[in-house]
Amino acid sequence: MLEIKNLHANVNGKEILKGVDLTVEAGTVHAIMGPNGSGKSTLSYVLAGREGYEVTQGSVTYKGRDLLAMNVDERAAAGVFLAFQYPIEIPGVTTMTFLKTALNAQRKARGEDELDAPRFLKLVREKSKPLNVSDDMLKRALNVGFSGGEKKRAEILQMALLEPSLAILDETDSGLDIDALKVVAEGVNSLRSPERAMIVITHYQRLLDYIVPDVVHVLSKGRIVRTGGKELAGELERTGYAEFAA
Amino acid sequence: MAAVRETVESVDQVAGEKYKYGFTTDIESERAPIGLSEDTIRFISAKKEEPDWMLQWRLDAYRRWLTMEEPKWAKVSYPPIDFQDAYYYAAPKQKAKLESLDEVDPKLLETYKKLGIPLVEQQILAGVAVDAVFDSVSVATTFKTKLAEVGVIFCPFSEAVREHPELVKKYLGSVVPSSDNFYATLNSAVFSDGSFVYIPPGVRCPMELSTYFRINEKQTGQFERTLIIADKGAYVSYLEGCTAPQRDENQLHAAVVELIALDDAEIKYSTVQNWFPGDENGKGGIYNFVTKRGDCRGARSKISWTQVETGSAVTWKYPSCILRGDDSRGEFYSIAISNNYQQVDSGTKMIHLGRNTSSRIISKGIAAGFSSNAYRGLVSVHKKAENVRNFTQCDSLLIGSKCSAHTVPYIESKNPTAILEHEATTSKISEEQLFYCRQRGVPEEEAVALIVNGFCRDVLQQLPMEFAVEAQKLVGISLEGSVG
Repeated sequence: MLEIKNLHANVNGKEILKGVDLTVEAGTVHAIMGPNGSGKSTLSYVLAGREGYEVTQGSVTYKGRDLLAMNVDERAAAGVFLAFQYPIEIPGVTTMTFLKTALNAQRKARGEDELDAPRFLKLVREKSKPLNVSDDMLKRALNVGFSGGEKKRAEILQMALLEPSLAILDETDSGLDIDALKVVAEGVNSLRSPERAMIVITHYQRLLDYIVPDVVHVLSKGRIVRTGGKELAGELERTGYAEFAA
Repeated sequence: MAAVRETVESVDQVAGEKYKYGFTTDIESERAPIGLSEDTIRFISAKKEEPDWMLQWRLDAYRRWLTMEEPKWAKVSYPPIDFQDAYYYAAPKQKAKLESLDEVDPKLLETYKKLGIPLVEQQILAGVAVDAVFDSVSVATTFKTKLAEVGVIFCPFSEAVREHPELVKKYLGSVVPSSDNFYATLNSAVFSDGSFVYIPPGVRCPMELSTYFRINEKQTGQFERTLIIADKGAYVSYLEGCTAPQRDENQLHAAVVELIALDDAEIKYSTVQNWFPGDENGKGGIYNFVTKRGDCRGARSKISWTQVETGSAVTWKYPSCILRGDDSRGEFYSIAISNNYQQVDSGTKMIHLGRNTSSRIISKGIAAGFSSNAYRGLVSVHKKAENVRNFTQCDSLLIGSKCSAHTVPYIESKNPTAILEHEATTSKISEEQLFYCRQRGVPEEEAVALIVNGFCRDVLQQLPMEFAVEAQKLVGISLEGSVG
């Protein structure tokens, strides 16, 4: 699904990623853990194609295509989804309108027919329910005045609706209390499938108690320094990142 | 019967191809000599078979206009206009009819397609000859019958002068006097045609009145004159313009709109203006110098202006309300979008004369490219106006770094009981908003349109439903090429 080779990337002229190698197979969940400033968020932005994140070396192959040659919305339409650590407010645009615009833009880019209002509405209702997303929330402007939990649920709702092949969750647990965390984790787990790969980026093990990964990587100073099974997360929780931070 | 005649005229227009050849030479000779003089005005008045009082009114305006100077205070600049180098009467102005849509500028067709305009309407808008049978004619007919049943008068201005002189005499110039300002005075002297609406007491106009259906009016846009009167307890919603750009060879437009609301009456006036803005280098485009004013003459009356301005090279426009009647209310909702080298200086005036009068101003200015976008507004409270309320919100959104937005609010209060609120913001579309939208698969231009539509939501909601949907698409189209 995804093959990252020797990836180097700069932000504002400073090298943040210094040779990342990572292979993610369809149907697997990979966790990327690491101390603050290790390059976790940078990796997610580079994969999504954000401006200002300049790749200087290496390659990223996604479903056999050169991901780095695609622009942001092409990557999205090809099934790359990034759940934001801090979802962005879009004043005046209701969640419903945003969801419909996004879904139809992707369908159009893939040459599929756009969903009309009734079909779309039915789909949103179906996807909203398990995530406790109310009609009221769908009518409010996206992320404007949303609580931390609402923002993250809105992110997962978008993911459920857009059905990406590769979902990258950037610090999805930040700002969530335990109940909200459970709802979000259940939402994510229900999207696990043999066709879909996930990269879960987190600082803490807590999230991984609920979204159990197949593989855990430790990112430090722009490189993956250790890879292991799900038990690696528990080990890190006990020992901390001290050995990697130095 | 006026209605029948108008329908016949409509059909003639629509089926113009058939009649065109017989008329062509006549039309040419019906053009007034170039330039502006008393003779030109006499010529126009005679062509329209106007009564003497109308001619005298025009001449008075003309003589006054000669003594006036062009206003220079707006934040717009354009080369001097030579008023003697223009034709002031060329009606009925038949545009050269085209044989089929194949002859129409593909750019125009592309825009129609994006707006989702039906093929037949595309043909009319682009000036293509259409067979006599088409939907709008029957729409126009049923529409006329329905209006006549409730006593609503909705007709071309020139027809009103002939058939309802008592109403025209009573109200014409009573809101915008012929001496009001340079362009209004020019309009008073040479106005071509426009719409006249009268809603009798207690009548709620059963449908939205729209210039869109009045195909026979399409060629009279240059110096349009509109007069709308809502008698006691009446209600009317009037839609001006349409979202589709039309072919138009006149560069200078100076319209005047007067609204009069008597006791308990309400007028809702919505405009979508999408005239040629000039090309991406700022060449060409319409100069739009409009005077629009409503008079809440009666107690508890209400006038509401909603405008979506996306076209014209230069826009100079301040739809205003005179709140004369006690407890009357004025509203102004505006979206002004400027791109490339467009210049907009627009806003409103709320003149509070009566007691307990209230007004609300929501203005959304969006500037892109190299454009300049100014909000200029006045809220004025007179000495005797007790308990006045005003709320003003002016928001500007900048796209790119070469454009500019300006807010010039004037507030004058001569009564200590007034409560006036003013809020203003200026923001930019942020990189992170664009990235977020694009990460969800929305291409950049569509993302800009989405964000701008969100920014304009408070105003778009004021538009009648169908208009709002088209206006939303128009917002996106006007901003094409503004990013990247």
